[in-house]
Amino acid sequence: MRLLAALALALVLAAPAAASERHPTLGELEGEVMCPTCKTTLDQSTAPIADRIRQFISARIAAGDTKSEIKRKLVTQFGPAVLAEPSKHGFNLLAWVLPLVAAGIAAVVVGVLAWRWSRGRGSPAVAGGPPLDPELERRVDEELARFDG
Amino acid sequence: MPARLKIGLQALSVAVVAGLLALLVWKVVHQGKGAAGELAKGKTPPAPHFDLARIDTSGKLSLASLRGKVVVLNFWASWCAPCKSEAPRLEAAWKRYRSQGVVVVGVDAQDFTGDARRFIRKHGLTYPNVHDGPGNVLPKYGVTGFPETYFVDRRGRLVGERVEGEISSERLVSGIKQALES
Repeated sequence: MRLLAALALALVLAAPAAASERHPTLGELEGEVMCPTCKTTLDQSTAPIADRIRQFISARIAAGDTKSEIKRKLVTQFGPAVLAEPSKHGFNLLAWVLPLVAAGIAAVVVGVLAWRWSRGRGSPAVAGGPPLDPELERRVDEELARFDG
Repeated sequence: MPARLKIGLQALSVAVVAGLLALLVWKVVHQGKGAAGELAKGKTPPAPHFDLARIDTSGKLSLASLRGKVVVLNFWASWCAPCKSEAPRLEAAWKRYRSQGVVVVGVDAQDFTGDARRFIRKHGLTYPNVHDGPGNVLPKYGVTGFPETYFVDRRGRLVGERVEGEISSERLVSGIKQALES
């Protein structure tokens, strides 16, 4: 039952992505493609080349290209920097991996510090206290035994 | 946490922040000047190398292959209005001075190759043109806009002035003469 629910959820989430891949809109691509001269996304730019790229994207959408095909054609013309997101291979993979690694390290550091802090607060008197006198310890044990009995 | 470890981590954090700050300063100081910065100081820096695909024909063209000739290097794009106005002047200069060992080379950057080819056909350009779609060569020269023109002497050095914006016939001829005499 749980497996079915997970599959249904995956399908619900994947459906819009697949639709966007097959039938992209100019609006969404404007946010994913950079203007080469102004170094902002197309939706932020009114430069002549941004207008020309918008025109190109509209023509490719009308011709039935998928989002990946349009992006590939733009990369052929302008290089990988025309994409707002770095690619997920080669050196650019670092841009995806490093934030995750940094978040992981930060979580471990915070976890270790929290654990140490909570342990330190729990037994303040035990750490560093002088050892009990054997005679006193024996008497405490006797008192406790009598109390328990 | 042991005091020594704590101090070590603090020192590491300060070093990382200082390193990032130094990188930022270096980037700001060195950004966008390229060879044009040296040229502006009156120096004659070597023209930065490129080896780019031709758009007027097949194959590639490297700047090094033109050593021994004077090169008029014109950065342009089909969507740039002043580039259209100056194109006939560059073509005229190419026809007039090619017998003296002068080559005009157009570097079409941040542009669609199809648009660039149409531009070349429309303006009847016969000098070699290459395509730098990503604009990788631009920062090496310090190009800040289109059009921009540089003059390279027979020894491969940038000489004369960098012309930002549409070039006039007078400045074009003056630049070529200066490069020929250099």
